[in-house]
Amino acid sequence: MSEPISALNHASFDGIARIEECGLQGMITLRGDLSDKVVIKAVKDATGQKMPGQREAFVNGETGVCWMSPDELLVLVPYAEVEEKLAAMQGALSGIHALAVNVSDARAVFRVSGATAREVLGKLAPVDLSRDAFQPGQIRRTRLAQVAGAFWMDDEETFRVVCFRSVADYVFKLLKVAAQPGSEVGYY
Amino acid sequence: MLILTCPYCGVDAEETELTAGGEAHLKRFGPGSSDDEFHDYLFARENPKGAHFERWRHSNGCGKWFHAARCTATLEVFGTYSAQVTEPPQEIRDAISAKRPGWTWREFS
Repeated sequence: MSEPISALNHASFDGIARIEECGLQGMITLRGDLSDKVVIKAVKDATGQKMPGQREAFVNGETGVCWMSPDELLVLVPYAEVEEKLAAMQGALSGIHALAVNVSDARAVFRVSGATAREVLGKLAPVDLSRDAFQPGQIRRTRLAQVAGAFWMDDEETFRVVCFRSVADYVFKLLKVAAQPGSEVGYY
Repeated sequence: MLILTCPYCGVDAEETELTAGGEAHLKRFGPGSSDDEFHDYLFARENPKGAHFERWRHSNGCGKWFHAARCTATLEVFGTYSAQVTEPPQEIRDAISAKRPGWTWREFS
């Protein structure tokens, strides 16, 4: 079996914020009735987290769960465990109307860190990223310039950005331009 | 710039995050209907100056379709509501009546 590598294989850039491609991340799209006890338990078993409410993200390192829409979750697990976790989840969900699919290789993940990380994302997405409006524990699906993306905060100065793998190079270049040295805006 | 609150994810989504889906609350006339009904279903659209009902999709977001009531003259938004209805809910109609007394739109007022 060939060795899987991520879209940009840990490319990085240092500007007003540090941009890194995070490498492989296991991701499972889970769709179904999020109030169903079976779904809640499947999420708990896979990630140890409770069911997120509207726009909440409970992420700890490479494991967690993010609210994507009223009937969709993004379940994060370490890449090596994704097949095993998915099989367990599909088994648990077999009796109800729900869908769990491995989308790990369809996505790319970036980390944007530094004191001006909010500004870097703020240049690319039509989102209020002030401290009052966006905090760790929340996820926001939006667009990054011309492509769809989502992000959440690991801590006060670190964003994790998810996009489709096919646009990983575009998003990396966007983030690089937004983080050009000397391009601080000083808004957030 | 139009800003609509997505009723599904609660985000105040800016126009560039959304996709317009045309007029809301169309009733389909398919096989068995008269030529006039089918013609109107396909081609006849409201073009009001004032309160209007539209479908929008939060395409760069949660991906859900929803309805919006807004004023075409001022871009004022009266409210957004679920896609799973066939007519505007009463609170949306009340909101429009408060700002535009005597409004009508198709069979609604």
